[in-house]
Amino acid sequence: MNVHPIKVVIGKPGLDGHDRGAKIVARSLVEAGMEVVYLGLRQTPESIVSAALEEDADVIGLSVLSGAHMTHFKRVRALMVDKGIGDRLLTGGGIIPTKDQETLDSLGVGRLFGPGDDPQEIVDYIREWVSNHPSEELD
Amino acid sequence: MKNQSEVSNPVQIPEFTTVSGRPVNQVYLHSDVLDDGSKTTQDLPGEYPFTRGIHPTMYRGKLWTMRQFAGMGTAEQTNERFRFLLDRGQTGLSTAFDNPTLYGWDSDHPHSEGEVGKTGVAVDSLADMERLFDSIPLDQVSTSMTINAPAAWIFTMFLANAEKQGVPFSKLRGTLQNDILKEYIAQKEWIFPPTPHLRIITDLFAFCAEHVPQWNTISISGYHIREAGATAAQELAFTLMDGFTYVDHAIAAGMAVDEFAPRLSFFFNSHLDFFEEIAKLRAARRIWARHMRERYGAKNPKSWLCRFHVQTAGCSLTAQQPEVNIVRTALEALAGVLGGCQSLHTNSMDEALALPSDKAVEIALRTQQVIAFESGAANVADPLGGSYFVEKLTRDIEAEAEAYFVQIVAMGGMVTAIERGFPQQEITRSAYEYQRAISENRRIAIGVNAFVNRDEELVIPILEIDDSVECNQISQVRSVREGRDNLAVRERLLALEAAARTKSNLIPYLLECSRAYATEGEITLALIRVFGEFREQSIF
Repeated sequence: MNVHPIKVVIGKPGLDGHDRGAKIVARSLVEAGMEVVYLGLRQTPESIVSAALEEDADVIGLSVLSGAHMTHFKRVRALMVDKGIGDRLLTGGGIIPTKDQETLDSLGVGRLFGPGDDPQEIVDYIREWVSNHPSEELD
Repeated sequence: MKNQSEVSNPVQIPEFTTVSGRPVNQVYLHSDVLDDGSKTTQDLPGEYPFTRGIHPTMYRGKLWTMRQFAGMGTAEQTNERFRFLLDRGQTGLSTAFDNPTLYGWDSDHPHSEGEVGKTGVAVDSLADMERLFDSIPLDQVSTSMTINAPAAWIFTMFLANAEKQGVPFSKLRGTLQNDILKEYIAQKEWIFPPTPHLRIITDLFAFCAEHVPQWNTISISGYHIREAGATAAQELAFTLMDGFTYVDHAIAAGMAVDEFAPRLSFFFNSHLDFFEEIAKLRAARRIWARHMRERYGAKNPKSWLCRFHVQTAGCSLTAQQPEVNIVRTALEALAGVLGGCQSLHTNSMDEALALPSDKAVEIALRTQQVIAFESGAANVADPLGGSYFVEKLTRDIEAEAEAYFVQIVAMGGMVTAIERGFPQQEITRSAYEYQRAISENRRIAIGVNAFVNRDEELVIPILEIDDSVECNQISQVRSVREGRDNLAVRERLLALEAAARTKSNLIPYLLECSRAYATEGEITLALIRVFGEFREQSIF
């Protein structure tokens, strides 16, 4: 069993200002007992991954509604592997066509959520993923 | 989507409230509006306080402008979409810029990577403006540009292009969004702190009053505030309060209210709650007219008018069964028309998935044409005036907005309220409550938490922006920098920077930079050296 609360770093990479969803998800995860570090707007893949390292986060959540998801998710994923945290979950959401979700999935990105998805589903997904991927630092 | 067990197909409405969570009665009676001091049901359209519309004849005299927000990829691609829409009966243009342009960066800036042309057209310099409006007669079609933080220097590029087309500034008609306050509140595309932005906006009011008299210098926008999660009354209150703040700043800068107020315009959302939206739009006109006449002492009746564009609610669209969005948009558009809008954008069915395809945007435009020419809704001014329910809602929303004004004034005004995060927190709270209502099935979203089609297969086309757009645009901006007179550009940028350190009106300096093909990012950097950058606290 994981005795620490699950820690999630949430950020909006790039120039996208649509933060309604990211804030709702952040609050929903906190209410579900997780620890959330909300980095806010105008992050870079570098700033997000370095925050995740610093916070020893289990999960990184990206929110992208600007169409730049392929660039940002790929870069964050590559940086995670580079910095030795490729075993953590990279998930997120936004306006992301199914075709792109499939490509990102094949690159090791987790499930991506979109308009209409219930925040509880994201809570459940993260919990399940973390319990299936016990890391050595936790536990 | 929810787990199977949570999804039900309801047979009754779970809660009798509006989309904003306002409880409504089973029926409204004459007694609900008896003590109405403003006697709205006897007011006439085209007469103060304009609750019933800004023109006596409303849509008999002139239909609303059908103006679809469009922009993607390169200037050529967007130009093609503009002509496609004009060819299909659209009556005005509305330009969507990409994120780097909206933030003041050039396409080859490191922060622009992956964003060029994705959610709008990339404009780096006058050269892109020339291609964007190629073969579009700027003296005949009105043009709206949705841009805020760098609005003034995108506008001067537009002016420089009009000069090249041989169109005098006095013949240009259109709207610049230019509303920075709602950026801090909701859309989040700022560059500088509020004070220098407000100065540039005031500079633009003064410049246009003299040189571009038919131009709407600002579109004070509730749309983004609503999309971020505000209720109808919050949208109205924060937008009009932003409007009063611009009026205060222009007066403080030495302008007379009637010099600039006739060119102020507004932009509201039309969400799913049909009557609430109509009431909100009626209340907007009444509140604005009263404050402009009574409080600011405006004498020109045009200064009293709250003229507005309406866009249907993007946040009401679902990714599930996207065709159903056509129906949502039609209802929202009808509310915009019954609310007396001057121009209208109808969202396309595929916008919860991607930028609209040609097919989707054509259906969206046809929706407006059906309302205008087939439904009969445009025959009569304010057809719901006198409805006990609509009149009562109009008054209730008005009162709620007025209560916010009092609260914000007590905080020291809108800029202080924004710096303290007050409207932002109010909106975040409403957004969360709305999501909770959906999650708990107290509010029904068809295809999302009820009537879900599990076998759904997406059968509509999805527009994709090719990655080659970014490479092409980067070469474009680099070749502009190589081909121009760089000495002149440097001098004009230095002159701009020097002027920014004084109280001079910056618009003529921006126009000089634009004429010389200075890029957007170069101008932004010159001004950042004087004004600094704004950072917000990340709270949720």
